[in-house]
Amino acid sequence: MSFWEAYFWPGIWMALTSVVAMVVLLVAIAFLLYGDRKVWAAVQSRRGPNVVGPFGLFQSFADLIKFVLKEPIIPSSANKGVFLLAPLVATVLALSAWAVMPVAEGWVIADINVGILYIFAISSLGVYGIIMGGWASNSKYPFLGALRSAAQMVSYEVSIGFVIICVLLVVGSLNLTDIVTAQADGLGTRLGLAPSLLDWHWLALFPMFVVFFISALAETNRPPFDLPEAESELVAGFATEYSSTPFLMFFLAEYVAIVLMCALGTVLFLGGWLPPLDVAWLNWVPGIIWFLLKVLFLFFMFAMVKAIVPRYRYDQLMRLGWKVFLPLSLASVVVVASFLQITGWAP
Amino acid sequence: MGLPGVFFYLFSAVLLGSGLMVVAARNPVHSVLFLILAFVNAAALFLLLGAEFLALILIVVYVGAVAVLFLFVVMMLDVDFAELRQGFLHYLPTGALIGIVILCEVLIAIGGYVIAPDEIATVPVPTPGAISNTEAIGQLLYTRYLFYFQLAGLVLLVAMIGAIVLTLRHKEGVKRQSIAAQNARTPATAIEIKKVEPGRGI
Repeated sequence: MSFWEAYFWPGIWMALTSVVAMVVLLVAIAFLLYGDRKVWAAVQSRRGPNVVGPFGLFQSFADLIKFVLKEPIIPSSANKGVFLLAPLVATVLALSAWAVMPVAEGWVIADINVGILYIFAISSLGVYGIIMGGWASNSKYPFLGALRSAAQMVSYEVSIGFVIICVLLVVGSLNLTDIVTAQADGLGTRLGLAPSLLDWHWLALFPMFVVFFISALAETNRPPFDLPEAESELVAGFATEYSSTPFLMFFLAEYVAIVLMCALGTVLFLGGWLPPLDVAWLNWVPGIIWFLLKVLFLFFMFAMVKAIVPRYRYDQLMRLGWKVFLPLSLASVVVVASFLQITGWAP
Repeated sequence: MGLPGVFFYLFSAVLLGSGLMVVAARNPVHSVLFLILAFVNAAALFLLLGAEFLALILIVVYVGAVAVLFLFVVMMLDVDFAELRQGFLHYLPTGALIGIVILCEVLIAIGGYVIAPDEIATVPVPTPGAISNTEAIGQLLYTRYLFYFQLAGLVLLVAMIGAIVLTLRHKEGVKRQSIAAQNARTPATAIEIKKVEPGRGI
């Protein structure tokens, strides 16, 4: 096999698919951001963004242009290299996790056999962007925000890890595509029903689904767990000293991470691209549509939580992570493993 | 050599360079950041060897958790950089000794491999291809090396309990949150409604 066949064309193909995936993702996030603000506004009986473009649809793009054209200000006492590196690290890490996310049957850039571990590793690195930015700003509020964020993300990562282990016990594979296809049959078919949405893990592992959802909120610094940037206490947390494009990159990284968590929840618990019922006209709908609908559903839940739930106090946050979720998820790993072993349903 | 070889030299060069910078950097936070870079490059080398499970576990455990705590501690310490430089000659003999010991060990290991590769090759390696890396490690770890695995877990447990025992103090007179008591509060026990006369105050 020549150099061209072995390396060049696969490399070109990989780069091409990555660029396409990134562009689609970023445009989707522009509209998800708009949707987030609209949901938030609707809960508070406001109109939300409605000026730029029809129904305000181009608001995110106007914001993008505003951020890029502003002057980036670097504090004179900041550690300049790390200060500018931090938003880059945050954005690149958040985007790179999408390389293994299967959005439909076979629609994945890298179908690696430790996909879930890769996503877990990348999302555990997400804290570095924040902690570096907070430290390099050389200012009190960003530093406090960075410390809070580091403690928070490390705490909730543990329970997300155990939730993922529970799903892996049921599936028997670390490949994200296998995790989705394993949900084609499950609890519902064991009970003698036709394949349907009852097979997906959300029902069989319902407590874990709840733990995952709340931990995902905490892991991505979403309200009610947005202590790292609690504006009533810390101005804007780690991002206080950031302006212009570096701030935009932090903002982008946050939303990419949120959508990643929604997609991960879809793959782990909501059956990925599988249709909710195994009937012909639902099977004709392309898998990507089902995947998008499920991600949108989870994102809507995220947005509603942001609008409805008041912010946690910091000690409550830590208590929830270490004293409630950690024992609960640890116990359920034992329960799920014993159940699978006793019934002989283990893969 | 091919493309894997190119990547091997790339990752190794960055790994060695960042390892050097861990020691050479003036700012301790920069040292920790270079340490993280070294970890990530080591994980990339594992990937090149086909040990993808080990590579990602290295990132999850060392970069995602241990290095975060490192960074946490180094950032919070108010280190005087000039003072750090002063003890250099004092620590040089100890450091050099440790370095020489490690160098000898590496030389012995590599020398053994060069002189008698057959002896080294008897070490069990998972069969490539047939089963995945993760499965191979699991099968070895939970059958053949089960006791060592559990022993390692026990050692970690002891360390954890030790850390808690060393730091846990129940001081008298410190106010603590009692979540159960907070949740049990009702408007009847928490609120008192008073009728305020105009111009009087309470």
